[in-house]
Amino acid sequence: MFLNSWLWRSRHLSRSPLLLLRSRSIFLASSCTTELLASQNASEHQHSRKLPSTVPRIRPWWNVSWSSGYRNPSMEAEKKVASGEDSYGNESKQASSTEFLDFPGGKVSYINELQFLSESSPVRVPCFQLLDEYGQVAEHACLPEVDKLLAVKMYRNMVLLQTMDTLFYEAQRQGQFAFYLTTIGEEAINIASAAALSNDDIVYAQYREPGVLLWRGFSLNEFANQCFTNNLDYGKGRQMPVHYGSSKLNYPTVSSPIATQLPHAVGAAYALKMENNPACTVTFFGDGASSEGDFHAAMNFAAVLEVPVLFICRNNGFAISTPTAEQFKSDGVVAKGQAYGMRSIRVDGNDTLAMYATIKAARVMAISESRPILIEALTYRVGHHSTSDDSAKYRKQDEMQHWKMIRDPVFRFRRWLEGQRWWDPEADKQLRSESRKEVLAAIRSAGPLKKPSLSSLFTDVYDSVPSNLKHQEEEVRATVSRHWSDYPSDVPL
Amino acid sequence: MMLGVVGRQAGEVGRLIFKRCSNDNAAAMAWVAASKRFMSTTEMNVRDALNSAIDEEMSADSKVFVIGEEVGEYQGAYKVTKGLLQKFGPDRVLDTPITEAGFTGLGVGAAFQGLKPIVEFMTFNFAMQAIDHIINSAAKTNYMSGGTINVPIVFRGPNGAAAGVAAQHSQCFAAWYGQVPGLKVLVPYNAEDARGLLKAAIRDPDPVVFLENEIMYGETFPVSPEVLDPSFTLPIGQAKVEREGKDITITAFSKMVGYALKAADELAKEGISVEVINLRSIRPLDRATINASVRKTSRLVTLEEGWPQHGVGAEICASVVEESFYYLDAPVERICGADVPMPYAANLERLAVPQIEDVIRAVRRACHRSSAEDQREAA
Repeated sequence: MFLNSWLWRSRHLSRSPLLLLRSRSIFLASSCTTELLASQNASEHQHSRKLPSTVPRIRPWWNVSWSSGYRNPSMEAEKKVASGEDSYGNESKQASSTEFLDFPGGKVSYINELQFLSESSPVRVPCFQLLDEYGQVAEHACLPEVDKLLAVKMYRNMVLLQTMDTLFYEAQRQGQFAFYLTTIGEEAINIASAAALSNDDIVYAQYREPGVLLWRGFSLNEFANQCFTNNLDYGKGRQMPVHYGSSKLNYPTVSSPIATQLPHAVGAAYALKMENNPACTVTFFGDGASSEGDFHAAMNFAAVLEVPVLFICRNNGFAISTPTAEQFKSDGVVAKGQAYGMRSIRVDGNDTLAMYATIKAARVMAISESRPILIEALTYRVGHHSTSDDSAKYRKQDEMQHWKMIRDPVFRFRRWLEGQRWWDPEADKQLRSESRKEVLAAIRSAGPLKKPSLSSLFTDVYDSVPSNLKHQEEEVRATVSRHWSDYPSDVPL
Repeated sequence: MMLGVVGRQAGEVGRLIFKRCSNDNAAAMAWVAASKRFMSTTEMNVRDALNSAIDEEMSADSKVFVIGEEVGEYQGAYKVTKGLLQKFGPDRVLDTPITEAGFTGLGVGAAFQGLKPIVEFMTFNFAMQAIDHIINSAAKTNYMSGGTINVPIVFRGPNGAAAGVAAQHSQCFAAWYGQVPGLKVLVPYNAEDARGLLKAAIRDPDPVVFLENEIMYGETFPVSPEVLDPSFTLPIGQAKVEREGKDITITAFSKMVGYALKAADELAKEGISVEVINLRSIRPLDRATINASVRKTSRLVTLEEGWPQHGVGAEICASVVEESFYYLDAPVERICGADVPMPYAANLERLAVPQIEDVIRAVRRACHRSSAEDQREAA
């Protein structure tokens, strides 16, 4: 009985839709979300998977194809050759040659000319855009369903994020805390992605995505408390500034080493799948992070394990001072998707509506089909890498100014909103002044608060405090009481 | 012996039958335990001890899963995970692509979300390709997240020297992982240790590094019915006095415990009564037991296979000097592996790791008794 279900699973795998070429042409043809879903479901329908057209249906985990139940030794491939099927059980599309090489990976046709695949495709992967640089709807664009309420909320969050970044950066420069980094130029990626996700989706951020937390309800006070690491900081004073985290908002604490969050996101997606939970994990990373070993491992794993994870790459042109031309030789990061057997898309990261539509569609696909999706969002890092960087040393001031003033994603979206008659300059002035007041109030209230107490030095190393640390704490307290004057006065005991 | 084999197989069959009839059923587990007690002999090798521990914990808790290279279809590179894929299915025993960084990071992410992964490294030498995830992502996360993210993960695999596998397969990592706050590091010696400590590690909410030994996998030890019980665990952080003595203390872990015991047998013939401490846990280190023993015997020899500088013996020596200095009658002796990458040639390999004779000579030196040979050495 057990053996039969085993065979059923492996046969089932052979019918699963791994039609990358066909799917690719579908996605390029139509940019409208519902059309996209319908065509996607249509292709699946051929393979006896009944999915309703617009409502994402969650595939139960035991029904999903398992690579470890699937072994295709060359003998089996040879049989499939005879029956005219390829290794996935589909009718062979490799029409002309009657001769095939059967090997453990499947069936491949022969070619008798010595030909190398070019290192680059003749045409770069095009970039999905809905609003042009002036906030006008592009030709043939099919906008997602965004009503006034949602659009204005997105805009308000983008402005608040921009204001928070500007003022917190200045606070660091004034010496109020040791470190900060901004998201300036990438507000659309932050807010539009957050708006397209559900609060149940778990976000594994790199460090330039506080907008997602902001959208989900992290208050300015909570941001400020973490930067000042006062006694209200959820991190209990153990993390550098901008390493936010919130378990109730499904945003695990930011971890400094680059790209380690990618395999974490894949593992968490695996856990969601095991629990049959209709959510996905979302992980953000930069262009530089795509060089890390963890990126390759995570991408490969996600595809092999078939887990619902969105890989969102913020390709902002720089990894500190390393430009993308020196980071990789491929056509950006989107070109890597197909190499891992993963669906991918390139989108204009400064176009709020295009980002929103893309993430929304990607999320539905990831959850209903239990597959990873790669999204490369093209943008520009307007600010310095962090407060420890001065990017004028490696790029031109006028280039930075150009992107800051003319190609600002916030301003672009504002243009569209004003075109819709949903926004006006008076409201904008008021919003910016209110945001500024709120951010300053948060800084002013967080700064004077006390720092975390001495006991937070020793807790949480393990689940329960071990005896050696209890002992150490006692020793420290005894020393402090004996040498009170040597002990800093602003650290409560 | 034959009866034992038959008994064990019968126990296996019984377990399989019961598994199909009633998943995660407490009665089934009791039946299995009873059948083992009734039919099997009281001997078990370390490999089976580990296998049974993982099996029982996976049956008891559906969040536990195994991930690593060759753990499934191949039954485990060292057959420690034999039978688990067939029993629990491919969603709980994952064969992975070759990327330690990948599957370790994936395991840590799954642990963040509440699953309990057992990550197998083919050897801990390969875990160096994943050490960032072990230290930065697993060990430090509970602390750096302000206590909001637990990482109930176990990293296990063979550690230390095997036989004829050369430098990149022979390093002992006890001292490296033992230094990191946030990790627990366990070093089982016999079948009882393997079962009890692995079960405790899987149930523990903190990340645990579980250092096994390839040579020990095939060694058989007697086990009591209590050890075979599915609820058997050993406390983490407690050493065991394997052999009581009054003249000198030897601390050892993993395979070296066996060497220390054999040396103790030899030395008993000379009238030296050796107390052997099986550390069982590198972090937390059971300083209380070690110091109590040294205060009793007033002499100490530390024994390990790993390199001498910053090794486990160095930490034990420091602890004893800090807490029991006035009880020592002789300087502490450290026996370690040679300070070289492990050579391959059999004769060189033998010289690069401690042998029983080295232990015996060190004990004699510490006891100020030497054969004529040692006197010549000293001069």
